[in-house]
Amino acid sequence: MAFTINKGTGHLSRLIIRRDRIRIPLWVIGICSFTFMVPIAFKELYGSQEQRDVMAQTMENPAMIAMVGPADLSNYNLGVMTAHQMLLLTAVVVGLMSVLLVTRHTRGDEENGRVEMIRSLPVRRISTLNAVLLVNASTNILLAFLVGLGLYTLNIESMNIEGSLLYGASLGATGIFFVGITAVFGQLFESSRGVTGFSITVLLIVYIVRGIGDISNEVLSWISPLGWVTKTGVYDENNWWPIVGLIGVSIILFIIANYLHAIRDLEAGILPSRPGRKSASVILQNPIGLEFRLQRTGMISWAIGMFAIGASYGSVLGDLDSFFAGNDMMKQLFTAKEGYSVTMQFVSMIMMVMAILATVPAVMAMNKLYGEEKKGRSEHLLGRAVSRTRLMGSFLIISVINGFVMLSLAAIGLWTASVSVMEEPYSLGTVYGMGLIYYPAMLVMIGVAVLLIGYRPRITSFIWLYVVYSFIVLYMGGLFQFSEWIGKLSPFGHIPQIPLEDMTWMPIIMLISIAAAVTVVGFIGYNRRDMGR
Amino acid sequence: MSVLQVNNLAKSFGKVTALNGVNMEVNEGEVFGFIGPNGAGKSTTIRVLLGILKATEGEAKIFGKDAWSEAVEIHKRIAYVPGDVNLWPNLTGGEVIDLFVKLRGGNKKSRREELLKKFDLDPSKKCGAYSKGNRQKVALVAAFSLDADLYILDEPTSGLDPLMEQVFQQCVMEAKRAGKSVLLSSHILSEVEKLCDRVGIIRQGKIIETGTLEELRHLTRTNLLVETKEPITHLHELKGIHDMEEKGRALSFQVDMEELGAVMKRVSQFGIVKLESTPPTLEDLFMRHYEGKGQTGTEAGGDPNGFYN
Ligand SMILES: Nc1ncnc2c1ncn2[C@@H]1O[C@H](COP(=O)(O)OP(=O)(O)OP(=O)(O)O)[C@@H](O)[C@H]1O
Ligand SMILES: [Mg+2]
Repeated sequence: MAFTINKGTGHLSRLIIRRDRIRIPLWVIGICSFTFMVPIAFKELYGSQEQRDVMAQTMENPAMIAMVGPADLSNYNLGVMTAHQMLLLTAVVVGLMSVLLVTRHTRGDEENGRVEMIRSLPVRRISTLNAVLLVNASTNILLAFLVGLGLYTLNIESMNIEGSLLYGASLGATGIFFVGITAVFGQLFESSRGVTGFSITVLLIVYIVRGIGDISNEVLSWISPLGWVTKTGVYDENNWWPIVGLIGVSIILFIIANYLHAIRDLEAGILPSRPGRKSASVILQNPIGLEFRLQRTGMISWAIGMFAIGASYGSVLGDLDSFFAGNDMMKQLFTAKEGYSVTMQFVSMIMMVMAILATVPAVMAMNKLYGEEKKGRSEHLLGRAVSRTRLMGSFLIISVINGFVMLSLAAIGLWTASVSVMEEPYSLGTVYGMGLIYYPAMLVMIGVAVLLIGYRPRITSFIWLYVVYSFIVLYMGGLFQFSEWIGKLSPFGHIPQIPLEDMTWMPIIMLISIAAAVTVVGFIGYNRRDMGR
Repeated sequence: MSVLQVNNLAKSFGKVTALNGVNMEVNEGEVFGFIGPNGAGKSTTIRVLLGILKATEGEAKIFGKDAWSEAVEIHKRIAYVPGDVNLWPNLTGGEVIDLFVKLRGGNKKSRREELLKKFDLDPSKKCGAYSKGNRQKVALVAAFSLDADLYILDEPTSGLDPLMEQVFQQCVMEAKRAGKSVLLSSHILSEVEKLCDRVGIIRQGKIIETGTLEELRHLTRTNLLVETKEPITHLHELKGIHDMEEKGRALSFQVDMEELGAVMKRVSQFGIVKLESTPPTLEDLFMRHYEGKGQTGTEAGGDPNGFYN
């Protein structure tokens, strides 16, 4: 079963490129510019070897290794540092790009009936698949060269041509590997949801297996293709064999995909789609149950993510004081406050950032109410014995609980990791309190979302501007020396930063009252307006 | 006794006026057909009746309760099927049906299994994998699983195959036999003809005609084909004759119902050999109303492009 690159494949490839003429460049440019920004920033922030050695020290703990992989920390030049901190995560993003692009053109098109139309033209059956493989493999090769040459032209001493090309090749090979994985899954499952779902699951498993392997058992890292990526030793030993390995496996995957494609029917999957439940479970009895069921997967992913973010911040708390000693920019961010360590100030700042981040899934859960309305699905509930207040209330409850859980998990994650790295760890109560104090601000954000859905549903997404504004103003505020009132425009700017500041209840009470008021007004609006479509 | 009453209902979306004084009434135990060209305002009326849209003017009452302010109370006793059913792609049909039944009726006995079999629907499939017709069936099974006092159906059979269309018709007949009321909006005239006791025709946001099919037929023309011993002369001098055409030795034409007597009198003078009369088809009837009024004089067919304006 060889691939047949014939005339049909060529035409179809051009069709794919045309349809993705915005999408592919956006991915490639995004990944490239992100990759180039990091070493430039590192050069600014960690110009001297001492600063980098301090950084190397912070990286030397299980949590960080599990996240970004191992590296030669004794030779932590700019190149090694960039590759160590960025290569693996960028490779995951490239993998994601491949999964999404390939699904779109294989199972996605088949589901929409586009492939059926193409099949009716004089092209060979196998051409559709191979056109997708060709275009996406080429995209990844292009990406590899752009990244490689780009990194080299940054003209940073430790980033030589071989290392740079290897950096790019690692990304490209990972991308091609996931083109193969997705192409195979595209033959196995009937729905594009299934294909995306399983491919991303493989991506995550491969990442996690490598993480566990890197901190406990070398063999596990060898099983994972992402483990190979960390074995390249970019800008250090420069090993090329992992690239050869990845490409080899990818070719095998391409052949398997071609074989499976040849033996199956159009729109069928090799694996029969598993029949679902014939009747509703006890959860699915009311609007809250329905929403919980629909948002479950997303909520679990966010929960894991929030815990991991908390844990990764927590894991650096051990040597934070020495790290800050050598970094002017960070010093500016955390102007020393008498009687409190820099670490404590850092935790306080991080809590605010994590609280704003935890607001994202909570507001998403609320905004889903309008999403459902637009898709014409709210009608199914409102047309039955469900009042508007009950419907909106169900979404509000889910959103409020969601935010609470996310914030709690971030704080608990931070505490859990900090206990293992700090000599005198904080108590859980202290850390949890520092996080939870931001909850009233989050409630205001949810309230504003409710208000928009009630009165100006078309601009519900404006809430994100407010979230981003809060983040920029409060996180960067110290750096840019904004005046105080700019921060006060965000509810997060009113929360006392305990224990650095005294606990004052007034702003908390005010925020909760405001949250309650805008929410009630939002409900009134929602009860008065037309349901749209 | 009327279960549904709409008085002078108006609804505008910004500058667009979708409804412009709609009046209608559905009586207990009757199937009321609600027909009219695309964009006439059928769905808008129905969505006001369901409390999804708020009327700009006028009132809509179901079971004597206000459709907007007492929506929940009303909805406990009605079943609604929209014409374009959008469902949650990752829930199965069975799950959705159960949820819908639950949301309306609490723990009343459901006829789910029987209907699943009748409609030939696999409840274990995800809604994302259903075809349009199958999504429609999910809504139909959910609607007919529980008894309702009023069924509001907005083009419920769009996308159903003829076999399923028949199953649907059985369901409606059963509901009617049980004394329930139905408001049925539809573009399928045979369906309307078979099921409806009365129909209301809506056009540009106004009800332009209401009545039983018999009454409506009376307002239109019948087709005649006559063959006589001697050639008929001067027929076109009479009122109410349209589309006269010679077919061999016979003559075919249309007559306004109210002129039928006079025309027959004249024709019989020439010695009738053969006479065929076909009642106006429902299509004829609707075409005339959909086109708009004031064109009764000259022609009957009309240009097909102007039907739905
Ligand atoms: N949300 C809305 N905003 C603006 N105009 C609307 C809206 N909903 C309906 N309309 C307009 O109101 C008019 C009536 O539409 P409606 O959907 O009630 O027609 P319909 O009789 O159901 O037609 P069809 O037979 O095609 O289903 C149309 O002109 C439509 O464009
Ligand atoms: Mg309609």
